[in-house]
Amino acid sequence: MAEPALAVESLEVRYGGVPAVRGLDLQIERGEFVGLIGPNGAGKSTTLLAIMGVVPPSAGDVRLFGRSLRDKRPEDVSRAGVALVPEGRHVFGGLSVEENLRLGLAGRRGRDGVGADFERIYELFPAVRESLHRSAGALSGGQQQQLAIARALLARPDVLLLDEPSLGLAPTVVESVFSVLKEIREQGVTILLVEQRAEVTIRAADRTHVLANGALRLSLAPGDADDTERLAAAYLS
Amino acid sequence: MNTAQALIDAVAFGAVYAVVAVGIGLVFGVMRLINFAYGELITAGGFTLWWLRNQPAPVAILACFAVVIALSLLMERLAFRPLRSASAATMLVATFAVSFLLQSIYLLIFGPRGNPVSTLAGLQTAVSLGKLHIRWITFVSLGTGLVLLLGTALVLERTTIGLHMRAAAADFRTSRLLGVRANRVIAFAFLISGFLAAAVSVLLTVEDQLVTPNYGVSVTILALVGVVVGGLDRLWTATLGGFAIGFANSFLSDELQGSRVYLPSVVFGAVILVLLLRPGGLFAGRRPPVERM
Repeated sequence: MAEPALAVESLEVRYGGVPAVRGLDLQIERGEFVGLIGPNGAGKSTTLLAIMGVVPPSAGDVRLFGRSLRDKRPEDVSRAGVALVPEGRHVFGGLSVEENLRLGLAGRRGRDGVGADFERIYELFPAVRESLHRSAGALSGGQQQQLAIARALLARPDVLLLDEPSLGLAPTVVESVFSVLKEIREQGVTILLVEQRAEVTIRAADRTHVLANGALRLSLAPGDADDTERLAAAYLS
Repeated sequence: MNTAQALIDAVAFGAVYAVVAVGIGLVFGVMRLINFAYGELITAGGFTLWWLRNQPAPVAILACFAVVIALSLLMERLAFRPLRSASAATMLVATFAVSFLLQSIYLLIFGPRGNPVSTLAGLQTAVSLGKLHIRWITFVSLGTGLVLLLGTALVLERTTIGLHMRAAAADFRTSRLLGVRANRVIAFAFLISGFLAAAVSVLLTVEDQLVTPNYGVSVTILALVGVVVGGLDRLWTATLGGFAIGFANSFLSDELQGSRVYLPSVVFGAVILVLLLRPGGLFAGRRPPVERM
């Protein structure tokens, strides 16, 4: 049986003595699009940071195709095939858009097909192509989000993690971000999306988990998007 | 005409200080570490030149570069890398510890009296341009300074490792998340920093030939002051600050003549005034820092 693309096993993370993630188990199969939603402080972003090796877990493990990522540095996790689009986008405002994209190549495991990948990125994000020589800091919030996703894709990751890509964006821009995520998923990239926008995430993802107080409370299919009663109960649990 | 002479000397001196500022600023950019032990790299270069005083100049200079670069990389690997996740205060104290340790080692090996270096003493001879008498070292300092600054800028702007350094300087965590190798970027910053320190050793030993255990301290302190005055938020403002402090120090030293005892008071008085009026630095913008290279 094939190993899952990403497996989070009994993950626990503490900030000082305060638990942020409590025994989280999560499996994402190859090519799957999984959503992770929940209230503020639920431990969603911490989970992503623990997967990336930014915060050390106090217990548990994270496996990429069966191989443990525990104790790996962020750059090694990236080079192993996991890319993160961080919350707040974190594009390099003082660098040009093109330089930001080239930074995406830092985590790439080989140089084959770089030109084709740039073309694919330009097709997905025409606005990025039009702004190549502009300072990334001069882009709008939506364009910066596109750039952050494009930059992550240039690493050609097996697993793409996104931390609240819709944060601070206008509803029409949010729609386009989600439509791009579906296209990325169709290209075979495994996606773990952390979001505050519950309904749109549940509809877009294959499965969506609700995280509250650092633990999984509920799993939902796309058809459950209107089940606000169960959702509210999970949020408040 | 004396003023013109003083201005030319000051520009050359400013170029050397600008190189020191870049050496300090590069490491600060990626590590947020003000390396007070930078002066000991310059001193190591001076002692290497003295040690190989009977060898041909190119051999001594090459050895100077090799020793200083190796020491810079060792400093990073043995002292600063293990402390990378420590607080800024701990790192700062560590740089003082490394500085004092190296000065003590130099004292034990070479003694307190100083050792004369004459590797490029011929550069002290002057050429006459009208009524001006300009020493060759002035041309060499200016030329070398410009080449080193342009070379560093090219490395940062045109190479992949340079791009990674600029990204790491702006946002170290995000650059690591993208796969930028922290160890490699930091080691490369120390390598360039060491290269620049070696060049400064060669140039300074022409101006000030007696190498003592604390030979590089005063130039480093003054360049650091220049870096702060120029503005730490970008490498080019730090470089301009280094140039300005070197220029001012040399020019005022010539102009004050018999009153040179007041030179530090005048220079540091100006520094205090600048920092009171523009706390972010003389050349730094008023907006928050976004990139440090």
